[in-house]
This record gives sequence, C-alpha cells and structure tokens, in this order.
Amino acid sequence: MSALFSTLAALFVGDLQRDRVVPASGYTSTLTSLTAAAMAFLVVFALALSLASYRLAQDWSKALEQSATLRISAPVEQLDAQVARAIEILETTPGVASARALSSEEQSDLLTPWLGVDVPFDKLPLPRLIEIVQTPDGFDPQGLRLRLTGELPSAVLDDHVRWRRPLVQAANWLSVLGVVAIGLIGLTSGAMIILAARAALAANAQVITVLRLIGATDAYIEAAFVRRFAFRTFIGAVVGTVIGAGVVALFPGEEEQAAILTGLRLSGVEWMWLVLIPPILSSIAFSATRYAANRLLKGLT
Amino acid sequence: MSDCILCGAQAQQGSDVKSGADVIELDGVAYSYGGGELLSDMSLAITPGAFYFLTGPSGAGKTTFLKMCYAALKPTSGALKLFGQDVRTMERNDIALVRRRIGVVHQDCQFIDHLSVADNIALPLSVSGQDNWDDTTNLKELLAWVGLSHRANALPPELSGGERQRAALARAIIMSPDIVLADEPTGNVDWEMSERLLRLLLELNRMGKTVVIASHDLSLIRSAKSQVQARVLRIANKRLQLAGANL
Ligand SMILES: Nc1ncnc2c1ncn2[C@@H]1O[C@H](COP(=O)(O)OP(=O)(O)OP(=O)(O)O)[C@@H](O)[C@H]1O
Ligand SMILES: [Mg+2]
Repeated sequence: MSALFSTLAALFVGDLQRDRVVPASGYTSTLTSLTAAAMAFLVVFALALSLASYRLAQDWSKALEQSATLRISAPVEQLDAQVARAIEILETTPGVASARALSSEEQSDLLTPWLGVDVPFDKLPLPRLIEIVQTPDGFDPQGLRLRLTGELPSAVLDDHVRWRRPLVQAANWLSVLGVVAIGLIGLTSGAMIILAARAALAANAQVITVLRLIGATDAYIEAAFVRRFAFRTFIGAVVGTVIGAGVVALFPGEEEQAAILTGLRLSGVEWMWLVLIPPILSSIAFSATRYAANRLLKGLT
Repeated sequence: MSDCILCGAQAQQGSDVKSGADVIELDGVAYSYGGGELLSDMSLAITPGAFYFLTGPSGAGKTTFLKMCYAALKPTSGALKLFGQDVRTMERNDIALVRRRIGVVHQDCQFIDHLSVADNIALPLSVSGQDNWDDTTNLKELLAWVGLSHRANALPPELSGGERQRAALARAIIMSPDIVLADEPTGNVDWEMSERLLRLLLELNRMGKTVVIASHDLSLIRSAKSQVQARVLRIANKRLQLAGANL
C-alpha cells in the first residue's frame, strides 16, 4: 500500500522540468483523460452487473434447495388422509430429503400478499401444500409424477428446480460475462493508450530527437511521457469512476426489490472495488506508454 | 564580453579527460548512407585541447563526419572511439552518457520550440540529473557571455539566425564538455558576429576544451589561425586530409 502511495506521489509531484519538456496542451492528452473516464465509467457498470448477477445466482441456488411443492386438492374430508399418504410416498422417493405439509397459517401468509388480509382463508376450500426439500441430486420429477397419479390423481407437483436451474446458470454466466467485459475494457484501454501515446510521441518527435542529442537516456524520455499519460489516465479514471458510482447509487438496492430481482446497486464492501479502478487503469496506461515509447526510442540513434 | 565568465564555470566543473586518452579516435573509418561510400578510410586522433577546422565542399560529408563523432551515426566500417570507448560496442545508455561530454552546435541548431531560450540552454543539466535547474547563476553568466540575456525568455523560433547559433553554442557548453563540435557555427551570421563566435570558441579552447569547427568560411579559418594553433582538416575525395599552409 505504501509502495502504491509513493508511486502515486511521484506521479503527481514529479520533476516539473521533465514534465515541461513534453508540451502541456495537445488534444491527445485530453482524449486520454476522456477515454479513461469513459472506460472507468464502463468498468463500474460491468462490475455492478457482475456482482449483481453473482448475488442473484447465490440467492437463487439457495432457494433451489427447497423449491418443489406438491399441491393436493381434495374434498375436505379426504384432504388430511391424502396429505398423509403423499408425505409417505415422498419420504420413500429417492432424492427427497424431507417433506412437510404447510400449516394453514403458513398458507394464508403466502396468499395474503395476493388476496389481502380480509379473506377468510380457513373457510375457503383451499388445496394443501407440501414443501419438498431435495437432496443435492434432486428427485426425478417424471417418476414421482407417475407414482402420484396412481394413488393421488389430484396431486400437482410444482417443480421450481426445472425452471430455476437454467436461470441460476444464466445468472452465473452473466457474472462471468461482467468479468470478461472488465478484462476487455482493460485491454481496450491499453490499446487506446498505446495509440494515444504513439500519436503524442510522433507529435513530439523533434523534442525526443533533441533530448537524445543532448544526452538524455531512454529512461528519462520515457518517464516524461509515461508520467504524463499515467497522470492523465488517473484523473480521467477518477472522474469516470465517481460519475459511474453516482449513477449506480441511484439504482434501487437489493432490499427495495422483490426478493427475486436483486438491485444493480453495489452494497457494503462491494463499493471498495471501485477504489481500485483509477490505480489499475493508470498502471495500464503506465505500461502501455512505456511499451510505445520503448518501441519508438529503439529506432532512434 | 568579459573573459573570466567561463573561468567560473570551468573552475566549478572542470575537465576530466583521462590524461593520455584521445578524445576521438578514428581508425580506417568509412561511412555510406546506403549508396556508395561517402567517407572512406579515415584515420585521425583528436587530442585533448586541440583546435581543428574541418572543411570541404558542400556535400563532402562534414556533417556526416561530426555525426559519427557524437555517435548519431555509426561507421559502416572501421573503428571509432569516443573517450576510449568503441562506438560499435556502446549501448544506447552509454551513448547518452558520452554525449554529455560532447557539446554539439548542430548545423540546424535543434531546439525544443516550446521551451524558452534559457530553458533550452539549461536542458542538458536537467537531462543529466544535475539539479542546478534553479541555480541560475551559471545560466545567467552563460547567457550574458553569448549576448542573449535580453532574449532569455524568447522562444527559439523568435530568434534570428545568429541568435540561434549563439544559443546553440551556449547549450553546447553548459555541461562544460570535454569537446565542442560546431557545425557551421557562423553559417547565418555577418562577419562581426562570426568573429565574436570565433572568439567564444577560442576562449573555450584556451580553457582546455577540444574544439572542432566544420566550416567552409576561409576567412574565419584564416582569422583563427592567426590566433591559435589550429589544424585544418579537409574532406576531399571521400578522404580526410590535413590541409597545408597554403590555405
Ligand atoms: N540521412 C541521409 N541519407 C542519405 N543521404 C544523406 C543523408 N544525410 C546526408 N546525406 C548526403 O550525404 C552527403 C554529405 O552530407 P553532409 O550533410 O555530411 O555534407 P556537408 O559536408 O555537411 O555539407 P554542407 O557543407 O552543405 O553542410 C550529401 O550528398 C547528402 O545529400
Ligand atoms: Mg553540413
């Protein structure tokens, strides 16, 4: 951390004379800052997307563990017997860890959001719900359905796993995609800074020639350009990150959403990731400029 | 112009040519830009403290010769040593370091156009990591010595030809180099100014610096010969010849 600090200090303070050698203005440096700002902004979103879909995948796979229900509809007098039979069947089904009938309170809790509090649920001929907790391997829904249709024709197996598993996969992929996007943004930034540095070096060919002639080492010349670009990138990246963070902060957070939809807003320590964006982008600029300068200088006497 | 102004600079930095070692040594050096040989089979040892003129018709290769002397060009054959170091084996870094001991007045001056004259003249100090950037006394004396005090803050493109050449000379000597190579230092100036530039170079030579001036200004050479033991080299037919007294 202190090493990073001294690098940054050197970046900002620098030796002013050396920095004056490269003309201050020039739109390549403005473009570099703009590019860095745009890239940092994009990184914030890719990061938010990646983290949000990761969270989503986590939530959903947790929910997967007990996400099958069996619904039994029967005349009131047969209901209890049928529920008991269903539980017997379930307990002997491979892949079912446990099965439990929901109490009528639990059922009305589930329905209240949809029907309101005034509905007398106990007077309604509601089907009974059995919650099935699966083993990690899960059960075979087709086999279970076949067994059930024989004995309990009214039973309806609601297997959430079937449609949730691909969603979890998709969320995981989205999260990976976010990381890939961040990598690509890093590569693109590097490539763009190489181009910008090459343009700046070409525009300052005379400066470089003169510096070589009066005895400047390659390291001296490189440093003048590298510092300029790393600094510009750092400033741009800070601005882009702050704007990106501001926009992300405006998104609804996880707690304000229905449980299934997680917010794109970062939460807690996740914000700390953003602090890394400017130093990482400016070290990319540092290496990219060094690379470009090195290649150009090798061609000079 | 006062004579003792550079004495201060000299006393401060001194000259550290290794005794006995030649400043520049050529042994069978040839150079070609890709076509036929422009210069061939040149052998010469430039001794510390010597004063040379290099003459020859335009296009003979005077600038090319000087470029080899500060390692901007490497001989296509033969051996060239700068301060005892063979340029063929010199790394880029070595070349940078050896150039700090060679002050060059380029034919086209070679300034950084967005830096002031004073900054350009002091640039070799900053480049070599000597932090006297703010220690301007030396710089002020030097500016006065070349008569550019009033133009210190001007930009190089705003200077006249003669002013540019004096600024180039000031930059060439600010590091107190062991040798000064001047390529047509009086190319753009009137007789009076070229006499003045010559006096500056003679003064440097008296302080122990080796001086090589490429010029085809015969009156300048004659004027110098009356004041110093100057040797006159001529590039003719691709070769280096020592010109006789019949100049
Ligand atoms: N970079 C180059 N590539 C090819 N040919 C070159 C190059 N530089 C110089 N020459 C050629 O080499 C020859 C010698 O050039 P040089 O500049 O050394 O001559 P010079 O003696 O300094 O002439 P002048 O008195 O006009 O300054 C010229 O014919 C020139 O055209
Ligand atoms: Mg020439």
